[in-house]
Amino acid sequence: MDAITTNTLTLGYGDEDIIKDLDLHIPKGEITVFIGSNGCGKSTLLKSLARLLKPKEGSIVLNGHDIAHTSTKKIAKDLAILPQSPVAPEGLTVLQLVKQGRYPYQNWFKQWTEEDEEAVNYAIRVTGTEDLVDRKVDSLSGGQRQRAWIAMTLAQDTDTILLDEPTTYLDMTHQIEILDLLHDLNEQENRTIIMVLHDLNLACRYADHIVAIHDKKVFQQGDPDTIITPQLIHSVFGLQCQVTCDPICGSPLCIPYSKGRHMKGVNNDETTVNKQPIK
Amino acid sequence: MLKHHTFKISGIFLGIIIVVLLMWSSVVLGLTKVSTQDVINSLFSFDGSNQHIIIQDTRIPRALIAAAAGASLAIAGAVMQGLTHNPLASPSIFGINAGASFFVVLGVTFFGVTSLEGFTWLAFTGAAIAAIIVYVLGSMGRDGLTPIKITLAGAAMAALFSSLTQGMLTLNERSLDQVLFWLAGSIQGRDLDLLIGLLPYLLVGWLLSLLIGKHMNVLAMGEDVAKGLGQRTILIKIFGALIVVLLAGGTVAIAGPIGFIGIVIPHVARWFVGIDYRWVIPYSGLLGAMLLLMADIGARYVIAPQEAPVGVVTALIGVPFFIYIARRGIHE
Repeated sequence: MDAITTNTLTLGYGDEDIIKDLDLHIPKGEITVFIGSNGCGKSTLLKSLARLLKPKEGSIVLNGHDIAHTSTKKIAKDLAILPQSPVAPEGLTVLQLVKQGRYPYQNWFKQWTEEDEEAVNYAIRVTGTEDLVDRKVDSLSGGQRQRAWIAMTLAQDTDTILLDEPTTYLDMTHQIEILDLLHDLNEQENRTIIMVLHDLNLACRYADHIVAIHDKKVFQQGDPDTIITPQLIHSVFGLQCQVTCDPICGSPLCIPYSKGRHMKGVNNDETTVNKQPIK
Repeated sequence: MLKHHTFKISGIFLGIIIVVLLMWSSVVLGLTKVSTQDVINSLFSFDGSNQHIIIQDTRIPRALIAAAAGASLAIAGAVMQGLTHNPLASPSIFGINAGASFFVVLGVTFFGVTSLEGFTWLAFTGAAIAAIIVYVLGSMGRDGLTPIKITLAGAAMAALFSSLTQGMLTLNERSLDQVLFWLAGSIQGRDLDLLIGLLPYLLVGWLLSLLIGKHMNVLAMGEDVAKGLGQRTILIKIFGALIVVLLAGGTVAIAGPIGFIGIVIPHVARWFVGIDYRWVIPYSGLLGAMLLLMADIGARYVIAPQEAPVGVVTALIGVPFFIYIARRGIHE
């Protein structure tokens, strides 16, 4: 069962195509991670899946319905997106922010209901932001702020959640904290999570399904244990690396060849590829 | 800041009372002495005396127009600041008032327009054209609408329209006297019919502005977040632009381009009620009415026995505040 599928999807700005003729199937109830080099179009693809960017050609189907023919309010009840580094208006409190997640459920007649209240309380509890509710969003640390924004997306009460680089600008502790939270949401509540991540090793740890994007297309997709190989990394990122086994999780671990301090007695035959003089 | 809902609601009632008191003061105060009894008499037993004529033809229209124009400009400013994410946005800074004035002067100078309806539609057209040009110029390029680009576009259009207006006036000196006092922004000597003719447009603008607050709160979190929450952001922007054109254009038709209320008042309103536009907009309306009523009363005394254009008085109040906002913006 697919949460989202795309049919011959072409995306771009102006005359320039960023994604070309893409047929993609994103499984329901799993964590899917888009990887690829800077500017390869993974954020653009994520945006288009959340109808923030209109496709040039092709269609996107969410839970069996073409999103171009579905009301945007209805989509907002099935799919939530957290854009990259969103900015809250100066002075907005965490509680006010989270409450905005209920926007798609309100209309002229139906204002704030019991259900809205419960959804907001749930989102605050799950993200552990109880102590922050009265704080201003702009006064929070990076990790707290990201948890507050995730709480807003959770208040939206959707089966599918899209996140564009949710760990950017966070230190390692907070990166793990955010990804663990997303992992639990997937594991315990069977929510479909689709996100863009820059850190390959974290992507391999948390993803059930990896989509590697290169040259306007999906280069390869599937289970990280089978698709993450030195060949794939080289083709997609242009980087030489070794892939070994993550000693903690057992997932693939990419270790790039590079310059820097090289200890004696360490075998690094292949480093020559990156040791050529800079032109 | 007023935190609790009860305080915010009480503030609205207090604001209405203050506006009514100021309107009363505006009727009573001035060069011709008028007592409370005179006002009551003129309303219920009009005797055609000079005093009663002044009350009915000058003072009362003036008080009503000041309140309506002040409220409209302040609301237009609040909506513009919310939609453009820009603390400097206002009908005067972004060239909306200048565009409306330009079209009115154009009509007066070259097409001999004298009717109220002509004035009104010219002002609406000018405001709409200025708004569209500023928006398009401000959102060109791949990064879309940015506060700095739209401010530059607004300042450029304001300068362009003012220069064109001045150019037209130099070419055609006959209309100079007729238009000059109006151009400085004034609510003196305006007919009540003018306000009554415009009231339907202003009412629509006020009503829409009260309904749009909640949606502006969502849009304030950014275009992508708002769309993700299922908002049709283009609709909110169109309604916002309609409010600005109706309220700023309408005010220019009655009172000429009065500056600084649109920029100053929304900040004062935010100081009272925070960033929730459901409250910022009604508070802006009330505070805007208060400021223009006070400025208009002041305009009778600053160079007495002559009257200063009220636009000059609002500028005297507004400029120091403008500098304060600009400096605060730099430090943060």
